[in-house]
Amino acid sequence: MGEFKVHRVRFFDYMPSGIRALAFNRDTERMAVARMDGSVEIFHCSDRFFQEKIIPGREQCGIEGLSWVGERLFSAGLNGGITEYDLTNQKVKYTIDAYGGPIWTITGNQQGTHLAVGCEDGTVKLFEVNEDKIQFERNLDRQKSRIVSLSWHPSGSKIAAGMMDMIQIFNVETGHSIHRMLADRGVGTSRSKECVVWSVVYLSDGTIVSGDSVGMVKLWDDQTGTLIKSHNVTKCDVLALSVSQNEDSLVAGTSEGTVVQFQFVSMVLGKDDNEWVRTRTFKNHTHDIRAVAEITTAVVSGGMDAQLVVKPLLDKIEVRSAASALRKIHFPHRRLVFCARKSGLMLFQYPGHLELWRLGESEGKGIPGSSLFVKRNPEKLLHLKVKGEDHIRCSAVSPCGEWIVYSTASSLRLYRLHCDNNNVSITKISKLPKVLSSANQLCFSSDSSHLFSASTQSSVHIVSLSQSGCKFVGTLKPKSGSHQAIHLLAASEDGEWLASANSDHEVHIYNLQTRKAHCTVPVYSSAVTAMGIHATTNCLFMMYADQQMCEYSIEQKQYTDWSRTVQRKGLHRLWMERDTPCLNVMFNPQNPSHVILHDTYMLCIIDQSLPLPDDKTQFYNQLTLKSLTEEQRKSHSHAFKVCKTFKDILCVELISDQSLVVVERPLEDVATQLPAPIKQKKFAT
Amino acid sequence: MLYIYIYIYIYNIVRCGGSKVNLRPPIISTDSRFLLCASGDLVKVYSTRTEEWLHSLQGHTNQVTGIALNPANHLQVYSCSVDGTVKLWDFIDGILIKAAYECNCLSVIYQKINSPLVAVHLPKSAEQEVEAKEMSVVSSHISSNPSCTAFGRGVRAHSPLHIMTFEPCFFSLKATDKKGAKNAFTCIACHPTDDCIATGHEDGKIRLWRNFIHKKEYTYSTQHWHHNAVNTLCFTPEGTHLLSGGIESVLVQWQYGAGNRKEFLPRLGGSILHISVSSDGQLFCTSHSDNKITVIESSFKVCGVIQGLVKGDGVLTDLMIDPRSKALVLNGKPGHLQFYSLLRDKHLYNLDIVQQEYIYEAGLDQFEVVKAAFDIKGSWLATVEERGQKSSDLEFFLKLWAFDERTQSFVLNTTITAAHTDRIISMCFSSSKETTMLVTIAEDGQFKAWCQGADDQNFWSCDFVGSYHNLKPTNCSFSADSSLLAVSFQEVITIWSPETWEMLTTLCQPPGVIRDLCFGRLSCSKYLLGTTTRNLLCCWNLLTCALEWSSSVEVSKLQPDPLSENVAAFSYQSKHTDVFVFKPSEPRPLFTNKNVCSEKVHRAVFVPREEPLNNCDESSQWLNRSQLYFLTQNMDLLTFSTATEEDRILSSSKQLVIDDSVAVTPFYLLLGKHGQQQQKLNTQSHPAADKPQQPQGSVTIKELLHTPAHVLPAASVLCSMFVNSLLISNTGVQQDPLREEMDSEKEEEDSEEEMEACDSQQELRVQGSVDEVTLKLSKAQERELKRVRKTDFSWMAGLIDSKP
Repeated sequence: MGEFKVHRVRFFDYMPSGIRALAFNRDTERMAVARMDGSVEIFHCSDRFFQEKIIPGREQCGIEGLSWVGERLFSAGLNGGITEYDLTNQKVKYTIDAYGGPIWTITGNQQGTHLAVGCEDGTVKLFEVNEDKIQFERNLDRQKSRIVSLSWHPSGSKIAAGMMDMIQIFNVETGHSIHRMLADRGVGTSRSKECVVWSVVYLSDGTIVSGDSVGMVKLWDDQTGTLIKSHNVTKCDVLALSVSQNEDSLVAGTSEGTVVQFQFVSMVLGKDDNEWVRTRTFKNHTHDIRAVAEITTAVVSGGMDAQLVVKPLLDKIEVRSAASALRKIHFPHRRLVFCARKSGLMLFQYPGHLELWRLGESEGKGIPGSSLFVKRNPEKLLHLKVKGEDHIRCSAVSPCGEWIVYSTASSLRLYRLHCDNNNVSITKISKLPKVLSSANQLCFSSDSSHLFSASTQSSVHIVSLSQSGCKFVGTLKPKSGSHQAIHLLAASEDGEWLASANSDHEVHIYNLQTRKAHCTVPVYSSAVTAMGIHATTNCLFMMYADQQMCEYSIEQKQYTDWSRTVQRKGLHRLWMERDTPCLNVMFNPQNPSHVILHDTYMLCIIDQSLPLPDDKTQFYNQLTLKSLTEEQRKSHSHAFKVCKTFKDILCVELISDQSLVVVERPLEDVATQLPAPIKQKKFAT
Repeated sequence: MLYIYIYIYIYNIVRCGGSKVNLRPPIISTDSRFLLCASGDLVKVYSTRTEEWLHSLQGHTNQVTGIALNPANHLQVYSCSVDGTVKLWDFIDGILIKAAYECNCLSVIYQKINSPLVAVHLPKSAEQEVEAKEMSVVSSHISSNPSCTAFGRGVRAHSPLHIMTFEPCFFSLKATDKKGAKNAFTCIACHPTDDCIATGHEDGKIRLWRNFIHKKEYTYSTQHWHHNAVNTLCFTPEGTHLLSGGIESVLVQWQYGAGNRKEFLPRLGGSILHISVSSDGQLFCTSHSDNKITVIESSFKVCGVIQGLVKGDGVLTDLMIDPRSKALVLNGKPGHLQFYSLLRDKHLYNLDIVQQEYIYEAGLDQFEVVKAAFDIKGSWLATVEERGQKSSDLEFFLKLWAFDERTQSFVLNTTITAAHTDRIISMCFSSSKETTMLVTIAEDGQFKAWCQGADDQNFWSCDFVGSYHNLKPTNCSFSADSSLLAVSFQEVITIWSPETWEMLTTLCQPPGVIRDLCFGRLSCSKYLLGTTTRNLLCCWNLLTCALEWSSSVEVSKLQPDPLSENVAAFSYQSKHTDVFVFKPSEPRPLFTNKNVCSEKVHRAVFVPREEPLNNCDESSQWLNRSQLYFLTQNMDLLTFSTATEEDRILSSSKQLVIDDSVAVTPFYLLLGKHGQQQQKLNTQSHPAADKPQQPQGSVTIKELLHTPAHVLPAASVLCSMFVNSLLISNTGVQQDPLREEMDSEKEEEDSEEEMEACDSQQELRVQGSVDEVTLKLSKAQERELKRVRKTDFSWMAGLIDSKP
């Protein structure tokens, strides 16, 4: 599969942020995830949970609740504001203040007409959802303590509110409280601590389910305001609840990291006296679960340990497949590491700053698999803090290593790097063209002479870079199609072509000479996760979220023969079962038939000259091949050469001296930086 | 009424007590008064309150494999057995009501060992023996363990859906089995009212399955407390609680539907094998691996223990007889020696030898008692405990225990940590009455003699170390007068004088390593018997030092009778064991019994009788002074019985039946007892006491006590009746119509002998009374007297004596 010198980089201290809230939209099958740092991510649940959109957060913007109203997404946080997001352009649309102090919860009714927020001052505020904005309507009866959780009755006429030590039911029409139900405090020392009703769920049959800080899941009757049943789920807190659409299953997330399922089953078969029974327990988290959501076939949970866990419910799945397997999403499906190929520089993108590192150097050659002596240690050249409160949306470093660019939601900054031996300095390019106010994605041309900046309406602005400064050259616009934001850009080696992919799965190819749209790749049902243009053949190689791959000849405007063969023969089962998307496509300049791919767990070289494996052949055959003789090897080898030496890969990049840079972020390192989990007694310890 | 007593004799070999009571879950009668359990080929009936063995249902000819109450009549019980029969009993009277033959496999109750689950339809017929022909196989591939089968709600309504077996669920779990999770099912229980199945798993989890008739939408919840496999599960009749037990020997009570709320009852003894619950939910019963049944109240308090003979996995020590209590002694509970009364078939007590907490967990290497020996007076006990039999680092202790007269138990005297450098093979006490000496032989090639030290320090210490050409010793034995010690070293027997510790002679009869060694007793004490591995039984004359006779027979165990010259030899040939009893003086056996059992016999003991029998029969004369018990490899304790003994059992069981028919109410106990005590006092110690006669449970009192309070007449009416009843009537026979009714047929069957005994007592009393009136008690009163007399409540004696 070829020999490479590998820079194994482990000094990128990326820390994913904890998950605070989840909201599932059944109609579009999108899962909105709010993180502690204020960022909101949109996952496509039926497309292998691909992270379609990322809306970066801001400093001091803690989101406490998320709610979909139709296809509109709202969030509310402790800064007291309600925010609506512009999902097309992946940015905040507007924020209005609710004037009730910090907001703990936000929820929209099923009819899509109103939003209710629970505030620190004890009010439940109703907002009317209008065409383009939301408008404050009125307050429900003010309570003494803060409103921690809210849930609408599916009819929209009543609201249950979880508070300190109690649950209130409000009539939405009158705004008055109908029932007040007291939640018991814990026994013993926790008697003096108030019981926080962290979560309530109002079912259509009038049952209210509450999860509280005592560790109980309680079922209440809203007619009489009485407790029907209580389940002691944990010794700690029950932080989140979620009910399935047909209300026969309920999941509760606890601060022990367990998800407990309750099911509405008949106690005697054939009779209709159903009861809520505690059934399964899933433990996939190490820390508090702050949010759970039961979607059609799975339970999605997220919490302090920053991973999004998709646990499939096997009884709801028709056919077991890779798409319905347990999935843990640790890292974003975007690139956070950029490489200056020609100068050996690396740019690490953190939410609030950028870091520029120079790779180390090593001596001589070693046998394959051995580690080389490091002659020069890698060094950190630059620590660039973001101006303002917004977090970085995208960044890039030019291949020559001279230019660094980053963009936040409000501004774009371009820097020029001066590097004479040990002296590193940067100058900000001050006069930027107006069009470069903000970018969704940034990319340099391979000769570093141009900067491509993806902007609104799926357009791409071209800026030429020179010693003196930068000059706006033109804008590339697709002929037709949606206006979704572009999340991937790929420029060809010869500076002739530029490909852009947007969230509607459209891939446009532009001719940079004429600055016109050249063609559009046929739209596939799955999102593009990575793409690259081959240096010699000018074919666009695309990886999709469902692990399919395509090669599209730009010049001939059609799929290549190899790509058609792949589609006809199908890919190997083990390849399709991988659960992380490919995040980068590279081409080996020494062997034009080699395509290098990577996902979180492996590095793969596809040799297009070798036959494709079918389901009967051994897929991971590197060890077997090693033991065979030269002749036998030929008959046994196939196109996919997978290397699993590296784990938790964030980025693999090929740099100009034929060496690979592999950026790893071991999950153990992430775990050590997390706060200590709740201490639990483990048997035999 | 008809009584059927079928005794099992295979050449008058009796399966005597000590069989397993924990094979199948015990059942509690509907009124919670009786506890029934399958024990060998009997069904034993115990009282739940007193833990006494009341009687047993005898009739099966092989292992009883299941018992179940008759759902139509709560006074009847079904039992099934490996002999292929299902029997219906009246368990209170112990009467066989019906027997169904010719069933290959029985499963209405429980299935036979290694056979598929079948349902047997028992035809309704008035005959006592019926042939059950209708049988339907319900399911195959089911484990033969009864805890793997459970019946759900509505079985009586013949809905086959509710017979829950593992099959529907098993395949669904196979996938997870691959991942190395130990998910295999171990037991199952069905909720009495809800459609919920509880299953126990090898990894200690309990799963509650619901919605299981749907193919995919079944759901389960998991509860985990046990750290090892769950052995048994049981729902309470109301379905509010689930009981589970495992090797931890902790009974866990889970609240049904309330997740993790649970209660524990720890330290119950051996690991829990079965749990059963009485139909009113007031009593729980757990069977334990140490052959024990614990009766537990629903408030989680142990209220009774029925202890059988603990046999564990194997008897490591020999069978021994404690010379003082005449109890059978062998290792029982882990780390303990148990004392078991064979006469009463009752466990007496345990002696803690290891004195360390035993941890009930599989795979741990813990100390076990492997050897024990009593001296001839029963004042010394030597034990060897061992750890690490499997591994190379063997650890063992030799302990000597002195009998303490004051506490009536053995007290540790000396612990010897490194008695030998290798494992102790055997040990024996000298049999002389004056000095006690212990000889141990070990695999390090030495034998050591241990003696008690001087008067001021009565600890034991090594007196002599002997060896012979570095050969490994195999056995040792003292002669009857302790003047000689025989130690066998491989093929050579060495004879030593314990006085001077010089080797007197060696005897050798190759080929074959000496296995067993014993001296003759009484008139035959000049003979030394030995068995070799090459199937040779040799007898040497010690006076001539020559081989007297030898016989080619494979002997697995040689057991001398301490009270006679007889020696019993067990030989194992062509898959069955034969017994020979002979005198060393003549090679011709006194008694031969072929095919005693099909397993090898390694342990046997002669138990001295309390009073010798005077049997003239040639073949059973050897049983006159002591009885031979032996233990098969299946851990069945067998013995030989004689015809007279069987008669006695017959009569005693009859008596028991009658005894039991009397309602045992607290008042009855009080009054009946009192009466009896009085009677005894009068007849024995104060024959001429100047006391008015106490009426013996007269009709009036009986009426008074047995009538419910709300139908009793006013106290004033009763008072006169009561006083009247205290007067001794001189008008003689006045038959009460009520009494007439209460006469039962059973009473008619009282043995004549007892009648006479009773009469004589009456006469005595009559003579001693002040009134000169000749008393003639009515027949009814006499019977009443007899009945009262039969219940013995000695604790009342103290009460009455202490009265001022």
